[in-house]
Amino acid sequence: MIPITHYLILSAMLFAIGVTGVIISRNLIIMFMSIEVMLNAANLAIIAFSRSLNLMDGHVFVFLVMAVAAAEAAVGLAIIINLFRNRESINADTFSLMKR
Amino acid sequence: MLEVIIFYISALIAIGGAVMMIAQRNPVASVLYLILSLVAQAVLYIQLEALFVGALLIIVYAGAILVLFLFVIMLLNLRGEKFGYDQGKVGVATKLIFSLVLIFELAAVVHTVSRSTNLARTSEHLNPGFGSVPPVAELLYTKYLLPFELTSILLLVAIIGAVLMARRDRADKEKEMT
Amino acid sequence: MLEYAIISAIKIVVIIAAVLTGCAYSTWLERKLVGRFQHRYGPMYAGPFGLLQPVADAVKLIFKEDLVPDKAERVTYALAPIISFIPALLSFAVIPFGDTFEIFGRTIDPVISDLNIGILFIFAVTSLGVYGIVLAGWSSGSKYSLLGGIRSSAQMISYEIAYGLSIIGVLLIAQTLSMKELVAQQASILDWFIFRQPVGFVIFVNCAVAETNRAPFDLPEAESELVAGYHTEYSSMRFAMFFIGEYANMIAAGCVVTTLFLGGWQGPFLPPVIWFVIKVALFMCFYIWLRATLPRFRYDQLMNFGWKVLFPLALVNTMVTAWIKLY
Repeated sequence: MIPITHYLILSAMLFAIGVTGVIISRNLIIMFMSIEVMLNAANLAIIAFSRSLNLMDGHVFVFLVMAVAAAEAAVGLAIIINLFRNRESINADTFSLMKR
Repeated sequence: MLEVIIFYISALIAIGGAVMMIAQRNPVASVLYLILSLVAQAVLYIQLEALFVGALLIIVYAGAILVLFLFVIMLLNLRGEKFGYDQGKVGVATKLIFSLVLIFELAAVVHTVSRSTNLARTSEHLNPGFGSVPPVAELLYTKYLLPFELTSILLLVAIIGAVLMARRDRADKEKEMT
Repeated sequence: MLEYAIISAIKIVVIIAAVLTGCAYSTWLERKLVGRFQHRYGPMYAGPFGLLQPVADAVKLIFKEDLVPDKAERVTYALAPIISFIPALLSFAVIPFGDTFEIFGRTIDPVISDLNIGILFIFAVTSLGVYGIVLAGWSSGSKYSLLGGIRSSAQMISYEIAYGLSIIGVLLIAQTLSMKELVAQQASILDWFIFRQPVGFVIFVNCAVAETNRAPFDLPEAESELVAGYHTEYSSMRFAMFFIGEYANMIAAGCVVTTLFLGGWQGPFLPPVIWFVIKVALFMCFYIWLRATLPRFRYDQLMNFGWKVLFPLALVNTMVTAWIKLY
């Protein structure tokens, strides 16, 4: 039996990688995917706790998080498509101005 | 023993995939590495007896969300655009502070978690049917009914929002015509 | 432990061998049947009834030159056929091919692993198959391939929703996700879910055809407009892998339909495995019949059909089934 601490450390590392991705990447799509990595890191921690406490509630949380992630992806990608139509680029730096 | 080996291999793939994802300049390769990382995480879920959620992870993320990402990347045909990592307007000092905070945070988590004795107790005996569909469904429709229903509203709003945003305005179309 | 491992390994080898042979002979069956539909004979010269035709095809494909286009993204280009092939094989892991039987004093269950989320596993694995096609389209560096890739990603996502919803009726009645128990609940012919869930069956079959990119839903490879769509640039064994992947997917879809709606391996007189094979083969013939009969959809028709017909129909079917189940 692997102790739950291992899973928590792994989850923390994944979360840190996700944060790093959002900070250093200039590509909107990769930034977006980093956010998904962070959500998944949280999910992993929840599942690990769920297993260790022998409670199913954590699985419900993960289920809800996934639904939210799906909604987020749909809206976010629509925003990215709109941004690309305006500026012909998905580099985050090109969107620092409010006007065209 | 086998359990431990599987854990470490999956953990390595999960982390490696995530790192490669942010290191890649080509967005399609990024998507592929993210899928790799997610599949490894699904293995971990299954190791934690969360069969249903593990299958959902693959269906929802790999089967739907990331296909959507690929679709957008191909639609915009992002092959040509190259991205540097230091073209940003953020100074080196800010970056350093941020990374230090992150590393500190990570170290703090590792420290607290590895010292706490409370967490080390993992229940050996699970309820029968742990991780399968019926218990999740039962919780969803009793204890968590309100959040569940709210999620459906959220999804509806997201659909409407996405359609509205992705649709070209009539004014835009007329501009293109002329 | 060791015995379990050995038995599982034997099962895996037998099933993979059977599926690959099945794929090879599906191509023969397809050419033969389409030939008959068009008033000609189909393959005749290699062996009796052209039975050695798949072997001849394989030999020819192996000796073809393996071309990589100049503009291709090499790694992804090489990976794509493998990605489209592996998930198709994986889905056979949870399909029960027959009843338990005894051999050399051991009881053997002809299913590799009876997961209690069996049907979800199949959905998870088949949803990965999209990537093979999409990546092939993207990495070939050709406009036709790219169009095929974009089409297939949109088509697969659209039809996956109705695909998933169409089986919810069955799962509501059966109250299980395990493939074995689903078969066990269809003991007599009147209990087959095709009779208890006719609407679900029709939607499921439509979506299965669309998900496997077969005519009339074969827009990702539409010959008359896109040359060959996503696999335009592929040759030799890489092309063959796409081909085997497509047929393995068709057989997998046939197995799922058989297990969910047509009573699985249940049937009188003949041994269970034979019944299973007969049902799957009939479903393959249905696929080929469709291909020979129907013209290809236009792209907007395809999207309209998926979103405005199948999806609402599947939702209504789910609601009506739930309502009947409750009252």
